[in-house]
Amino acid sequence: MTILETAWIDIGAVDDIPREGARVVRTAAGCVAVFRTRDDEVFALDDRCPHKGGPLSQGIVHGHSVTCPLHNWVISLKSGAAQGADEGQARTYRLRVGEGRILLDAASLTCNPKH
Amino acid sequence: MAQKLVVIGNGMAPGRALERLFESAPGAYEVTIFNAEPRVNYDRIMLSPVLSGEKTFEEIVIHGDGWYVQNGVTLYKGHKVVAIDRAARTVTSDHGVVASFDKLIVATGSVPVIIPVPGHDLAGVLSYRDLDDVTAMLLAARSGGRAVVIGGGLLGLEAAAGLRGQGMEVTVLHLMPTLMERQLDTTAGHLLQRAIEARGISVVTRASTKAILGKPTAQGSDRVRAVLLEDGTEIPADLVVMAVGIRPNAVLAKEAGITVNRGIVTDAGMRTSDPDIFALGECAENDGQVFGLVAPLYEMANVVAAQLAGDETAAFKASATATKLKVTGVNLFSAGDFAEGKDREEIVLRDAARSIYKRLVIKDDKLTGVVMFGDTSDGAWFFDLLRRGADISELRETLIFGPSYAGGAAQDPTAAVAALPEDAEICGCNGVCKGRITGAIDTLGLKTLDDVRAHTKASASCGSCTGLVEQLLKSKLGDAYSPAAVQPMCGCTHLGHDDVRRLIVADELKTIPDLMQALEWKSSGGCAKCRPALNYYLLATWPGAYADDNQSRFINERVHANIQKDGTFSVVPRMWGGMTSAKELRAIADVVEKFNVPTVKVTGGQRIDMLGIKKEDLPAVWADLNAAGMVSGAAYAKGLRTVKTCVGSDWCRFGTQDSTGLGIKIEKFMWGSWTPAKVKMAVSGCPRNCAEATCKDVGVICVESGYDIHFAGAAGLDIKGTILLGHVDTEADAIAVIAALVQLYREQGRYLERIYKWANRVGVETVRAQVLDDLERRQALYARFVYAQKFAQIDPWAERVAGKDAHEFRPLASIATAEAAE
Repeated sequence: MTILETAWIDIGAVDDIPREGARVVRTAAGCVAVFRTRDDEVFALDDRCPHKGGPLSQGIVHGHSVTCPLHNWVISLKSGAAQGADEGQARTYRLRVGEGRILLDAASLTCNPKH
Repeated sequence: MAQKLVVIGNGMAPGRALERLFESAPGAYEVTIFNAEPRVNYDRIMLSPVLSGEKTFEEIVIHGDGWYVQNGVTLYKGHKVVAIDRAARTVTSDHGVVASFDKLIVATGSVPVIIPVPGHDLAGVLSYRDLDDVTAMLLAARSGGRAVVIGGGLLGLEAAAGLRGQGMEVTVLHLMPTLMERQLDTTAGHLLQRAIEARGISVVTRASTKAILGKPTAQGSDRVRAVLLEDGTEIPADLVVMAVGIRPNAVLAKEAGITVNRGIVTDAGMRTSDPDIFALGECAENDGQVFGLVAPLYEMANVVAAQLAGDETAAFKASATATKLKVTGVNLFSAGDFAEGKDREEIVLRDAARSIYKRLVIKDDKLTGVVMFGDTSDGAWFFDLLRRGADISELRETLIFGPSYAGGAAQDPTAAVAALPEDAEICGCNGVCKGRITGAIDTLGLKTLDDVRAHTKASASCGSCTGLVEQLLKSKLGDAYSPAAVQPMCGCTHLGHDDVRRLIVADELKTIPDLMQALEWKSSGGCAKCRPALNYYLLATWPGAYADDNQSRFINERVHANIQKDGTFSVVPRMWGGMTSAKELRAIADVVEKFNVPTVKVTGGQRIDMLGIKKEDLPAVWADLNAAGMVSGAAYAKGLRTVKTCVGSDWCRFGTQDSTGLGIKIEKFMWGSWTPAKVKMAVSGCPRNCAEATCKDVGVICVESGYDIHFAGAAGLDIKGTILLGHVDTEADAIAVIAALVQLYREQGRYLERIYKWANRVGVETVRAQVLDDLERRQALYARFVYAQKFAQIDPWAERVAGKDAHEFRPLASIATAEAAE
């Protein structure tokens, strides 16, 4: 087994996440929210809104954005940036999808600046 | 003393008969039901959406277990009745239960027709009749593969679409040259075939099945591998569904010596040859006919209920029925008789580009048949003309264009409205005719829609006639009329809330994606503003038919708890009318200790809030609360929250009525209903008003002579005292008026618009006229509310304790530090 292969962690199937929904992955560095859009793209962000730390995984997913359940900030799933007039940035995680499985980049978990 | 009524069969027809009977003659019968299926009464028509995955079984239940308990019905689930002893007046089940009866309803339904070709009994050959069939099909579909559906009728096509939706490769075999030939003419049959094929389903017509071929399996019994046609074609199949028809299940009645022809023979009162025994539903034959569609079966049920309640004049008469195919995205409607004939004429409309086909068959100036494909929005209107036997000679020229052109020959909508007679009703809600509107425009110099609303009430209620009123303004004022700008729902559309609600009904929009397509939404998937609103509008407009879209709900309604600032949740169980007991309090105390709930708080709505519960603990918390008999208090819902009460005449020396009891009755009747915004109610036992009813959405003040009903109060962002809606004398009237009021609000309110804002917008007088003064309208609103409640009163906590939405409460994965550090 090469290091390259072990760098991707299988966190589950795309179908385990409802369309226009999200699930949480617990890591030692905090919760990661994994989103699935209507067109079956998958994104991973820190499960914390840059505004007041709301759990983004609990928000409504629309297009390639999520609306935070606490104060309706809209966060881009791709860039993690707050949309519209709000300013802030949620951390994004690298992942890839292969054969219906979601693989999270282990390296991006380890270098979380907050922990 | 109550007579004993035994019902054999627990399908939709006897379910409806019992509902009617309990309404008209409560307590007259002690009812026992034997159900061969091991479950409660469910909506068999909705099995196809269950198969396609658009609905779950829980969503199609008509009567939950609670209904049987409430009505004192003994239900034997999974008991098949094996004998009726008419001499001893008893029935016996296969588990040996013997029940005696004074009156008996035989509602044994129908059995699927199985073509007796070789191989019809192989493993993997199914019929399509009940939930067990659907479960078996879903199981087979899980491993993918190929399915062959024998029969291209209503059921066969729905089964095919469902299996295709589950990912199977599907072929439909149909004996006749075109699909659904009993309901469609050949043109519509061909269009349907094209639409079915466009969904990736193969269709073979003129296909006569010779045999079903098997292969040996490890389990010993042979399993289906292919279907062989008369012409030698072999179609590989891992699953075969036979959906070629049904026949009445009359064996039991026949064995008991009751007269049986094709079905169990009944007279006009649905009595069999034994006058104490009724036959009801698909097993019954009346006037030489047997029935399979739900409308006539419900008619039969009404007759049986009326007869049992003592009305011996109640008589069943078969009326025309309409057919709709329940395959999402395929619009098809047919009614009546549309065979060609010398004395018949037809009107046909085709629009090839949009795959629209409409055909009307006319005999003696009356509509006798309707077939529509592609656009079925006028189906109800045609069906009404057909059923009433209306003379259509006046409408003939424009009949096929439907009701919107029925008034004039012109195609231009403004001219069409201008051509309407002066006494044509424009606004059905407020009974405003065209002459009154044009008169007001002329004499009062009205210029805008709001002017017309203010002076005539036209379009001031549901708004569905707004288009017509605007056409009238345009025809009167010409270019001087400029429609007022409407505040759009959100950035995804230029349409306002009222337009969207109106178009949902007018265009029969039934899903969020359909709606966004039809109304040209500007974003691909809407936004967090419009999606919850659309979900509510569809849910309120199509109760029972629309599948709630969980992903379009705010988190609180999605997981039935209230999110807090730290991401934990709070849980509030219902306390009916603010009443509780030692058992409930003990259960709450136990939950607080067991789950280390950090904060317990008494709410303003007379109940108890447990705050700081972790999301993954919610199902376990609910299980414990459920076990003590408590259900969700919906403290998170745009729906009925609390009904606050005082102790009333039970304890209070000033109490005039049983305010606690009335509050509990209201809450038990109305819980679960979704509304545009939250609804809080209260009942005070005297004008001292200790329950603070006069700042609620709906409030009742009990007085010596009855009940004063108030509404449109608020005590939040705005403070507003209620407005007196009116006075009623009895509890039953109070409940009926409140339900009608809430239903009107459900139908007209804009999402997140509280009752006081809605009332302000449409006018208190309009509301009062509809829910208090006009008894007929009140009853219609009440009936619609009751219908919607059938699908709403399911405890969401119990559903989730049983496993629904389990993914919500579990992390997708947990990654240990060691692994992450690799």
